[in-house]
Amino acid sequence: MSGGVEIAVVVAEIEQAARNVKRFRFAAKDGGSLPHFAAGSHVVVLMRDGERTIRNAYSLIDRAEDGSSYRIGVLRTPNSRGGSKFMHERVSVGDELRITMPVNLFPLFHPGRKHLLIAGGIGVTPIYAMADELQRRGALYEIHYAVRDEAHGAFIDEMRARHGDRLKLYRRDLEEILAVDQILPGQPLGTHLYVCGPEGMIEAVLEGGLEAGWPKEHLHAERFQTPPTGEPFALRLAKAGLTCEVRGDQSMLEALEEAGFDPPSLCRGGACGQCAVDVLEADGELIHNDHYLSAAERASGEKIMLCVSRLKGRELVLDL
Amino acid sequence: MNTDVMDSRPTYGGLRLDPRAKSHLVVVDGDGAPAVLDAFAGAEDELNRTTILCAHEDVAAGGLERLCALRAARLQLSGSSEDLLTEFERVLDGADMSVRIYVAGRESFIGKVVASAALRGVVPDSVVAERRGGVSRRVQCVHCKHIDEGVTASPYRCSGCGQHLLVRDHFSRRLAAFQGVRIDAEIPGEVPPAMELAS
Ligand SMILES: Cc1cc2nc3c(=O)[nH]c(=O)nc-3n(C[C@H](O)[C@H](O)[C@H](O)COP(=O)(O)OP(=O)(O)OC[C@H]3O[C@@H](n4cnc5c(N)ncnc54)[C@H](O)[C@@H]3O)c2cc1C
Ligand code: FES
Repeated sequence: MSGGVEIAVVVAEIEQAARNVKRFRFAAKDGGSLPHFAAGSHVVVLMRDGERTIRNAYSLIDRAEDGSSYRIGVLRTPNSRGGSKFMHERVSVGDELRITMPVNLFPLFHPGRKHLLIAGGIGVTPIYAMADELQRRGALYEIHYAVRDEAHGAFIDEMRARHGDRLKLYRRDLEEILAVDQILPGQPLGTHLYVCGPEGMIEAVLEGGLEAGWPKEHLHAERFQTPPTGEPFALRLAKAGLTCEVRGDQSMLEALEEAGFDPPSLCRGGACGQCAVDVLEADGELIHNDHYLSAAERASGEKIMLCVSRLKGRELVLDL
Repeated sequence: MNTDVMDSRPTYGGLRLDPRAKSHLVVVDGDGAPAVLDAFAGAEDELNRTTILCAHEDVAAGGLERLCALRAARLQLSGSSEDLLTEFERVLDGADMSVRIYVAGRESFIGKVVASAALRGVVPDSVVAERRGGVSRRVQCVHCKHIDEGVTASPYRCSGCGQHLLVRDHFSRRLAAFQGVRIDAEIPGEVPPAMELAS
């Protein structure tokens, strides 16, 4: 189910948005309008690759004014196990895909007096939508966008045209560094920070925020996390009476889907909490890779997130 | 998820000093002073960057002297609870994100402090709060929309429309108020005896 309702879409346009980023426009297959979404939302794109279905989350960049289409931006990931490579190499205009209903795990906090949007690389996709929404609402905002160089940074020109000097670009080829300790001091009470980018950058920005004295409630992040690989193990569902193997290059969620089982999930990136299940027995060590469970919940060993976490051991028995 | 759009009752985790904040802004009323003493006493470095705001008339006996003895960088006394909130808002308007806001006292006072910070874009959960003193709530009459401060018993009489209202456990974060609903709607005039509110 992966978020419930699925929508059939047709690829209406593909642009090369940067050296390794493509932007896709999806139109509703039935020609109708696609659901409204708030900036920061993502959809899961389902790609049929022969026998298997690849499911990847992609942030929504925008929705056409008449509601007829959505756009997403996809980075071609170097050691892709499948999805981004599929989007880049196998998808052409006119193709049909399925997407899930938009889900927002990275919403703007609208009562905020000011908004600092911080993007690194492909993390610009939700930030793009957020900047547009803030501009529409006449809110106070700044965009700080770090790229490798102009050729690798997606949407730079259009963001510059739209947001003028509210956009500050940091080019690594010019040794320009996005330093939070220069951005954060003196920001007025009621400011909110939103960061999306590589894991290391997110951690540095969040830590920089705390270091600058900000309360954690004003620091918002979205991680484009992919399921980490590991060693294979056996998975047994106590109620369903199903046993399957989780390969090293697969998450439990993917293994269950492959076995025809359909556990609830939304973000597939360890953030939303939808896929949490109770652990009945673990013959080995639980490797938690999510950002959802508290330290205490992890320590208790009672719950695990199907989308990103694994077992280092022989068999895991779940209350499913 | 940290953005909880549902109305839910705030929880008061207790005044815990956040040493990573660059400065501390503490607002106190009623029996709140001991909570501030518990959290700040002996924290010399922190007190050097602490502002305490309170109202003369509102701090319980002895509390004021002990707050003075803390020797915070700044202690500002207002004449009334009203003035205290005005002063608090004035400080907020000049504040930056490195300040942490603390409030200790009656529930209705905490509600007002959190509501005025929220109006300035502050996430309610980032305000460190501790409830001290008896339960006294800020309640909005669902019929005439009048808000009564410091309601301590249920049912009570709305000072807007005069109806007898039951204080419901439903809390609106937007208004920082509980809901009061007419209690004798079925049989007018049948009003059960008032009971003191429990937390
Ligand atoms: C909330 C969220 C928003 C995101 N937004 C964006 C965005 O806007 N732009 C962007 O570029 N990225 C985004 N991502 C990241 C994106 O979802 C992908 O993780 C990324 O594109 C890399 O995927 P990949 O398939 O190329 O690589 P991998 O992560 O290596 O592969 C992922 C998928 O491949 C499949 N797979 C691979 N190998 C096997 C196998 N042997 N057997 C079965 N299945 C296999 C799985 O279905 C798996 O989900 C987002 C992620 C999240 C969580
Ligand atoms: S699906 Fe969101 S945490 Fe697993």
